[in-house]
Amino acid sequence: MSINLSVNNQPYSIDIEDEQTPLLWVIRDLLNLKGTKYGCGLSSCGSCTILVDGEAIRSCSFPVSYAAGKNIITIEGLGSLEKPHPVQQAWIEEIVPQCGYCQPGFIMATAGLLIKNPTPTDEQIDEEITNVCRCATYYRMRKAIHRAAEIGLEQNKEGQLDE
Amino acid sequence: MSKEKKKISRRQFVVRTALGGTGLLVVGAFVFKRPIRRALAEYADTVELFYTGSTDDPLIWFELTSENNVVFHCPKVEMGQGVFTGLAQIAADELEVSMEQIQVVHAASASGNLDLLSTGGSTSISSLWEPLRELAATMREMIKIAAAESWGVDVSELSVSNGIIAAGVNKTTYAEVAEGITDWTIPSTPELKPMASYKFIGRPVPRVDLIPKVYGTPIFGMDAQMPDMLYGAIVRSSKIGAKFIDADTSEAEVMPGVVQIVKEKDFVAVVAKSMYQAEVAKRMIKATWETDKDWNTEDIEAMIRVGEGHPVEIQKEGRAERILEGSDNIISAEYFSPIGAHAQLEPNGAVAHVEGDKATVIISTQVVKITRDEVAKRLGIKKKNVNIIPTYLGGGFGRRLHTPHAAEIAAISKAVGKPVKCFYDRIEEFQNDTFRPPTHHLLKAVLKENGLIEALEHNVSSGDVSYGSAITPPLVNPIMGSDLGAWRGGMIQYRGIPNYRAVSWRVKLPFATSWWRGLGLMANTFAIESFMDELAWIAEKNPVEFRLQQIQDNKRGHRLKEVIMVAAEKAKYTDTVTNGKAMGFAASTDVNTPCAQIVEVSIEEGQIKVHKVSCVMDPGIVINPNQVEAQCEGAITMGLSAALYEKMYVEKGELQPVLYGPYRMALMKDAPRIIDVTLLEHDTKPGAVGEPPLGPIGAAIANAVFRLTGKRLRRMPLQEELESLEV
Repeated sequence: MSINLSVNNQPYSIDIEDEQTPLLWVIRDLLNLKGTKYGCGLSSCGSCTILVDGEAIRSCSFPVSYAAGKNIITIEGLGSLEKPHPVQQAWIEEIVPQCGYCQPGFIMATAGLLIKNPTPTDEQIDEEITNVCRCATYYRMRKAIHRAAEIGLEQNKEGQLDE
Repeated sequence: MSKEKKKISRRQFVVRTALGGTGLLVVGAFVFKRPIRRALAEYADTVELFYTGSTDDPLIWFELTSENNVVFHCPKVEMGQGVFTGLAQIAADELEVSMEQIQVVHAASASGNLDLLSTGGSTSISSLWEPLRELAATMREMIKIAAAESWGVDVSELSVSNGIIAAGVNKTTYAEVAEGITDWTIPSTPELKPMASYKFIGRPVPRVDLIPKVYGTPIFGMDAQMPDMLYGAIVRSSKIGAKFIDADTSEAEVMPGVVQIVKEKDFVAVVAKSMYQAEVAKRMIKATWETDKDWNTEDIEAMIRVGEGHPVEIQKEGRAERILEGSDNIISAEYFSPIGAHAQLEPNGAVAHVEGDKATVIISTQVVKITRDEVAKRLGIKKKNVNIIPTYLGGGFGRRLHTPHAAEIAAISKAVGKPVKCFYDRIEEFQNDTFRPPTHHLLKAVLKENGLIEALEHNVSSGDVSYGSAITPPLVNPIMGSDLGAWRGGMIQYRGIPNYRAVSWRVKLPFATSWWRGLGLMANTFAIESFMDELAWIAEKNPVEFRLQQIQDNKRGHRLKEVIMVAAEKAKYTDTVTNGKAMGFAASTDVNTPCAQIVEVSIEEGQIKVHKVSCVMDPGIVINPNQVEAQCEGAITMGLSAALYEKMYVEKGELQPVLYGPYRMALMKDAPRIIDVTLLEHDTKPGAVGEPPLGPIGAAIANAVFRLTGKRLRRMPLQEELESLEV
């Protein structure tokens, strides 16, 4: 079957035999966007987190057919080197990654959290950010999440002034 | 100009002597077994490993590009520990280039820059500290000699900065000098620059891999691909000790996307057009296995007991054994740690391509050379015809100190005649892990009238860590007789105690146990430092004072004392409960790095909650303070996770659980909100960093819980133990 997807604001039409194929494998192997990671395949670690219509989802357990016509953002489409997304900017400032494998998932989960809640409290971060990081970079991630919220607010203010 | 001969450096001479010395000790070991083994154990506990690759030729380490940058072909792999950044800082300072001019890549085995052992054991920076600076300085001088020659001036007239060489009105770049040179003049090893002149060493420069890791650049083994690549899936048994017999593949053969079934003598795999198709088809294969026994946790627990297996005395001072035998006032306690999983996020796998008598394998591995040799052996081809291309590791932690799947995947590629990508799934990764072995500890002590320790003994029983491991040189096991990985951290570090002794009991388990960050460090420190706390309580002494009073008066002792005192001061340590929170203290010495930690703990709705960790560590010279702090924060939180929650068990022949969640690990909500790291630098060289801060955390938490509740948690995971004591 053929499915139309919008990934990082690019339209794609893909042919796929099994519509149950997880979106993760379509993104990684058909669209060749390797930033979204496989960690467990069973929605328990969050390494494969992406945004679907602005909501953070775990793509390893999300059949590709559900994504038809929806707006998908992966780590590759979040920000650019010239204009990093606030979460990426904060991650760079705090020097968060160690091995780095789980980091795109955390960054996408945080981006999703900030859409819902631009200034999360520590308790809300605890509740919402449930991905797994084996290097255990949580201490810096928490700082980076607060910093990303700050950058987001600053950018919003600047945006309003520009208008 | 004639080519000068490069001197044999001091370092190479030392390596030869060390190996020669071990050879001589083989004879001695059988004659004076006990003292020799103890001496070796003491030596192995403090020795910092030498770098085991070649350091003769700067040209296999550094490649000059036409943009006047340096590509650093690094024989150590980057698994998060920051070794690319630290080594780049070290190299850049002697090369006289900026950090922006140095690009670090993994050295492929075919490049000739091959570490003969591994990346592991917190040894990369310490073992390359001197050789790498010498290599970089030599490279810099080679370029300067060539420039001086072309200008007809003396080398001493040149000044160098940021890869630009100048002499009077002449100015040129490293790249321009290097162009066209095939025959370099290699000088004898130059004098290294004074520490004070270094621009990058000692500075918190950002990680060199920061941007790729924040933008999702494909840098990991699982991201690798080759043209025309197929996807494989190997059927793994869920049972301990299962031996592959045969498989019915008829149903899998007709599944969508399936290209071929590959059946070898030791495994069966399916190859398909996509990874998902391979995974789905794999489940249709009916493999038959042979197993001896359906193991259960009780079987394993019965094996891991002090008194079972083979003991070796690894430390002895004074007459601890005799004093303990003759005393009516022995204080004794037992401690336990469970089987631990590595649980690194990137599963194991590889992309392999075999063409005729040549093979290429792209893989996340900590052992490039061993992997190369295993692939060559399986395919029956020459080692030099195998190119192992290491990638960034999605976590190492010791899990990739043996990567035998490389040879299996190469065999699949050979069978299908195309490149093949093949990875474990998460369930297979959990069940086929090379686990942290479970341990049992028996501690005994007798106190003097003044409350200090008269005699102290630690017995540890553990599954294997280094025994039989791919990276342990074959002679080490029979010489040592004990498992130097299992007893890491198991020696008594308070050497002001007049009589002390440590004994290691070796047990071989029916499933693979191996290196897990810190090896025995966390479990041994948990046992010894919990017991020290128990003794301090009985002696009615402040636990910090109690320790300080029993440290020996030498350099090692002074460094340990210092980290303890600074930690107590920084954390404002008190052994009383304040506002429902208690502090817990513990310290460890791993290799030559002492580390003290103080935690602030409360119990909230039955859950142990660690609010703050103060950590003081003295690793000697710090190359990158920001990254050493990051290692402390990570090791502390990973250690907290293992100490509080993590546990594998054995049921009906299977290791369980097989998923994150059921294998409970610390998440954001469990991580300490404050981790305050202080680094001391009381040594003249850099020491171990990545593992030492994992030592004290378990004991520190247990000691805090005791102050808080009066309950002594002697079994990890601590959260489960607290719950079982409350029932």
